[in-house]
Amino acid sequence: MRLSENAKLTTKLLALAGSMLVFAIFIMPPLYDAFCEITGLNGKTGSRYEAVPAAVNTDRLVKVQFVANFNGNMPWAFKPSVVSMKVHPGEPVDTVFLATNPTGRDMVGQAIPSLVPFKAAEYFHKTECFCFNQQALKAGESAELPLRFIVDPDLPPGVNTITLSYTLFDVTEKFTRNLDNNNADSEREG
Amino acid sequence: MAHGPQSGFSRWLYTTNHKDIGSMYLWFSFAMFLLGGCMALVIRAELFEPGLQIVQPEFFNQMTTMHGLIMVFGAVMPAFVGLANWMIPMMIGAPDMALPRMNNWSFWILPFAFAMLASTLFMDGGAPNFGWTFYAPLSTEYAPPSTTFFIFSIHIMGASSIMGAINIIATILNMRAPGMTLMKMPLFVWTWLITAYLLIAVMPVLAGVVTMMLMDIHFGTSFFSAAGGGDPVLFQHVFWFFGHPEVYIMILPAFGIVSAIIPTFARKPLFGYSSMVYATASIAFLSFIVWAHHMFTVGMPIAGELFFMYATMLIAVPTGVKVFNWVTTMFRGSMTFETPMLFAIAFVILFTIGGFSGLMLAIAPADFQYHDTYFVVAHFHYVLVPGAIFSITAGVYYWLPKWTGNMYNETMGKVHFWLAFIGLNVTFFPMHFVGLAGMPRRIPDYALQFADFNQIASVGAFLFGAAQLVFLFNVVRTVMGGRKATDKVWDNPEGLEWTVPSPAPYHTFSTPPAVR
Ligand code: HEM
Ligand SMILES: [Cu+2]
Repeated sequence: MRLSENAKLTTKLLALAGSMLVFAIFIMPPLYDAFCEITGLNGKTGSRYEAVPAAVNTDRLVKVQFVANFNGNMPWAFKPSVVSMKVHPGEPVDTVFLATNPTGRDMVGQAIPSLVPFKAAEYFHKTECFCFNQQALKAGESAELPLRFIVDPDLPPGVNTITLSYTLFDVTEKFTRNLDNNNADSEREG
Repeated sequence: MAHGPQSGFSRWLYTTNHKDIGSMYLWFSFAMFLLGGCMALVIRAELFEPGLQIVQPEFFNQMTTMHGLIMVFGAVMPAFVGLANWMIPMMIGAPDMALPRMNNWSFWILPFAFAMLASTLFMDGGAPNFGWTFYAPLSTEYAPPSTTFFIFSIHIMGASSIMGAINIIATILNMRAPGMTLMKMPLFVWTWLITAYLLIAVMPVLAGVVTMMLMDIHFGTSFFSAAGGGDPVLFQHVFWFFGHPEVYIMILPAFGIVSAIIPTFARKPLFGYSSMVYATASIAFLSFIVWAHHMFTVGMPIAGELFFMYATMLIAVPTGVKVFNWVTTMFRGSMTFETPMLFAIAFVILFTIGGFSGLMLAIAPADFQYHDTYFVVAHFHYVLVPGAIFSITAGVYYWLPKWTGNMYNETMGKVHFWLAFIGLNVTFFPMHFVGLAGMPRRIPDYALQFADFNQIASVGAFLFGAAQLVFLFNVVRTVMGGRKATDKVWDNPEGLEWTVPSPAPYHTFSTPPAVR
């Protein structure tokens, strides 16, 4: 009698422990991502945006600044062609970042965007971005990396400056490993 | 059934007796306490003067990391489990733990976990060097190769804790003597019941976070790697979702011990028993919704900062209830100051100081100044050393005569107390000042203006270390012999454990006692 009560209780408690493990690995990370996406919390901008025709608000000008950073010892040269621009909400804007691989070996880079203020993140739409893909540059090669974006006309009135920063990561090793694994999914969420 | 222990080493290897296992946990914990303590002394020796004199920065970082891990998982937690093993069956009138074989397992995997962890010190690239909080990507992309062994050792410790917790819950819920209703249980039993649930809820989260690290390091996932679409801040959320309840795991059983000792030496029943139970339960509940007070500076929206700030401050309310109850228990009691009581009173005073510095840290805008400085180090050492460690020490002095049948040497106990009390305050109080003045934590070298306080702290640390040798000597001597203890040991203490002979026989309560 007592033994089976212990066995029942142990099973329940083990199930509780098991579900907390599942919670930590399989629920917390997606929950965090969803939370960040809704709130713009970690400044991540959304994935590719399908442009919908919208009226351009020519009365309003928003300043958009671009910043380029490097992670660790990433040796590439990487910078925005234009550091700052004024745009009308609703208008599609094109710009490029310039990247050079000055090293003697072929490399793969990945740019990760982050945007402040956080509350502007969901109003900044990218219809085309080099950050959606990994960038492979051969030794010594240079490239212009395109970015096309629309600032949503619904951008809250208080926001007059948006700063978009890209951090460039060296993913050469990871990329080659993924190629080996045959799952080089290039389309990614930025 | 009524047979004694086997002889020789196999007694310890195969034992399923709660008293044997309790003793092994306690000795193991003391060994880890000395090991972690030696590492702390390496740290304090290096910080005695500015500049680098004794160790290299790389090794210094390994010392801070290993010190934290060993003290948290090797010293404090196993000591409480050891006390639970010894005392819970005797307090609720049970013959043993509910799951004695699992009990044997949960102890015996621990030495392997810590042997593995300690062996990383001798590996290529050295031991883990990223702090006991092992933030990614420091612990993933930039970590030494030994990190994999660190991860496995955490897995084993987690398994051990979960098994221990299941055992304790099963014992408390299924093995109480007839008449021992929940609200008649001693507070040590109550606090452990709640702690055990906390353990089952959060140790798997710790296992989960190290598993995600393992996958990031070896299997190409990107949970915490921004380059692959992950986020290092996620690591901190998952870690502190474990980490904050963990700090309460290290203090709730301490509340139980102190609640047993103070009434005995104040010769008054505990004031506010049921409010103690509810306060413990509310602290446990609140501990799940305050984790981000460790992360005020990561860039949270203002609503988040405010929520976590107020929720954290709310914890001070049930904590205050407890302190009030202890003080009121002593009020107008006919108090005597034997060693366990000295440690318990010091607990109440110094833990409260730690609670106050916690409240200061909980003020989100102020935390931007305090975060990652020695002020945080001062805070958590005030809640852990005179909190967790003093309560364990008090508990050992209080129950040692029951375990061994012999009285410890009171003079030596008092010497131990005063050395430890002075040593710890000399060590940790100045850390408040250097912290407020801006000295960062986890650095092997520091700016000249911090030199005086650091020198004082280092002297205190060696004093505190020496005090523990007095403790060891006193305990060993008591185990070997000494003045015989009476069955009650103290002047009319409360609880079933005092109704069995001293030393407690190998098997107690084979027939359940009558509970009034
Ligand atoms: C009134 C109760 C308490 C409050 C309000 C409180 C608040 C805080 C806050 C805000 C921090 C973060 C400081 C920072 O990193 O900037 C902190 C750190 C810490 N607290 Fe507490 N605390 C309390 C009680 C406790 C208790 C009882 C323990 C353990 C027994 C504890 C252990 C710790 C530890 C270990 C850390 C530092 C972790 C690390 O970064 O290494 N605290 N506390
Ligand atoms: Cu906390």
